[in-house]
Amino acid sequence: MSEHFPALLVTAPLLSALLVSIASWLRPKLCLPLALLGLGVATLAATGLLARVLLEGPIGYRLGGWDPPWGIYYYLDTLNAVVAAAVAWVALVNLAAAHRAIQADYADKQGPFYTLYVLAVTGLLGMVATGDAFNLYVLLEISSLTGYALIGLGPGRAPLSSLNYLFLGTIGASFYLLGVGYLYIVTGSLNMGDLAHLLKPLYGSLAVTTAFSLIVVGLWVKMAFFPVHAWLPNAYSQAPGPAASLLAPLMTKVMVYVMIRMMLSVFTVDFVGTQLLLQHAVVWLAVIAIVAGALFALAQRDLKRMLAYIVVSEVGYMVGGAWLGNRIGMTGAVLHLINDVVMTFCVFLAAGCIFHKIRGTAFEDLQGLFKKMPWTMAALAAGALAIIGVPPTCGFFSKWYLIRGALEAGHWGFVCALLFSSLVAVVLFFRLFEIALFEPLAEGHGHGEHGSHAPAVAVAEAPLSMLLPLMAAALGLVALGLATGPVVKYIIAPVMPTGLW
Amino acid sequence: MDMAQYIPLLLTKYNYWVYITLMMIGLWAMIAKNNLVKKIIGMSIFQTAIILFYVSMGAKYGATIPIIEHGHGAEAAVQAADYINPLPHVLMLTAIVVSVATLGVALALSIRIHRRHRTLEEDGILDQLREP
Repeated sequence: MSEHFPALLVTAPLLSALLVSIASWLRPKLCLPLALLGLGVATLAATGLLARVLLEGPIGYRLGGWDPPWGIYYYLDTLNAVVAAAVAWVALVNLAAAHRAIQADYADKQGPFYTLYVLAVTGLLGMVATGDAFNLYVLLEISSLTGYALIGLGPGRAPLSSLNYLFLGTIGASFYLLGVGYLYIVTGSLNMGDLAHLLKPLYGSLAVTTAFSLIVVGLWVKMAFFPVHAWLPNAYSQAPGPAASLLAPLMTKVMVYVMIRMMLSVFTVDFVGTQLLLQHAVVWLAVIAIVAGALFALAQRDLKRMLAYIVVSEVGYMVGGAWLGNRIGMTGAVLHLINDVVMTFCVFLAAGCIFHKIRGTAFEDLQGLFKKMPWTMAALAAGALAIIGVPPTCGFFSKWYLIRGALEAGHWGFVCALLFSSLVAVVLFFRLFEIALFEPLAEGHGHGEHGSHAPAVAVAEAPLSMLLPLMAAALGLVALGLATGPVVKYIIAPVMPTGLW
Repeated sequence: MDMAQYIPLLLTKYNYWVYITLMMIGLWAMIAKNNLVKKIIGMSIFQTAIILFYVSMGAKYGATIPIIEHGHGAEAAVQAADYINPLPHVLMLTAIVVSVATLGVALALSIRIHRRHRTLEEDGILDQLREP
């Protein structure tokens, strides 16, 4: 069984999506168990794969028994195994946490919601596991298309935001496809491992540079790297809570993962470092992304929008770290990728819990919330500390690696940007907690039944099924932080390239 | 390089210029048009341009479709130069499905937008969103 984990990782959720959509016609009650089952199997496979990769080294899997250059090949080393495990766990925990919110807000659309949810996870897991450049495009579009639909289910202007995301997302994915086309012209192969050694003699070629630029620019659009970030804040802040806490932690991070995969194992660092001569410029772009994301976040008056801009800033961290051009910077980028999945999940899930109870996430809605939802706010505070970078939460350690990498590269701009955005995060969250701690609970603010509570506030927490996953995520932040040493040693170090860096 | 060297580049690689032109038309429509459906049409043109790019890169002069006539058994020698490369074409079957799905999602979203705002003009929708 365990030798087929790479296939199960993708086929289990894919099949369960079909079953869920059938069940939504016949037995709507079965939708949630089927979706949980599909994701559960995928999580089991991802966890098993991570264990196997740690023990045995990289695993290759030939789909349908076809050999690599001709058939589709799934390849898992420690980097994608850990990202796959993070994706699967976050998706499973989030579904367990979110089903109450889905039942409350989308009672008549539960079946389609679960179908889209599971399909989105299928795409994300497939993107991580595949070793084939075109296969990656198809899975990217699967997760994007379901993402557009999930966001479009939201209230208010969500459909318009989703349509704008669709336009930009399609441009990004098309650029990626175009880049893959150029790679195919020069090498005649689509397999990533194959491409890596076929490209080596061609590094001087203009076509290879074009291919790399198109792929990277396409991925930047998809991950909302600063100048092309415009779709993200609207889309993620207006998405339904359960969809936001799925897509915000995973979508952008998986795109960053794909970029790192392209840089490390398709084009290799020799090409990125010596042929392109763009490293410095990209790191400066990341500096602008970090600063701009932080400043935009400062201007928001709504929790979810503020968090969305923080995601824009965090993407800058990872892109900058990956392009710093040394081992420590790249380690920091990968570490931050893993940590950011959990951080973003924690804060977006907390925002989802707040929305579930209060029906709003504007700052005025949060007044006095510490008294009313102490556990949710405690988890939000833990997420905030991780984003600021306070030890022993995981955010501190990845920032530490990123700053060390920047110092080694002599890039003072990146160091300043990291410190500046951490300071801004302090301001952001302390302003938020001031409102939630000290301002009295707003009375009759017109956001539903909980508005007219007496000043002696009764604790009205989110349901336990939402609270427990949230607590798990908050504890995960500390656990990940304390596990930084082993993570770097056993997971990140084996995938770092030898040679130039 | 003087001008004379560019002319063969323009003439022999015309398929690439055609796809770039189409792509830019699509991109322009997506950016500049005010009507959401026109933007969606632009998106479709943009995607189709890439499909044309892939299809044109599989083509060869004087080659035929990649089916071997009476080719069962080992004695039929296959000259790759005689056949169009089928792989990019097959990949594009998938890409066409993807672009149809994208178009479907985009149209479904625009139906939702129209139900909510009674218009598909972007500035009209933004005006409505700004008012309350």
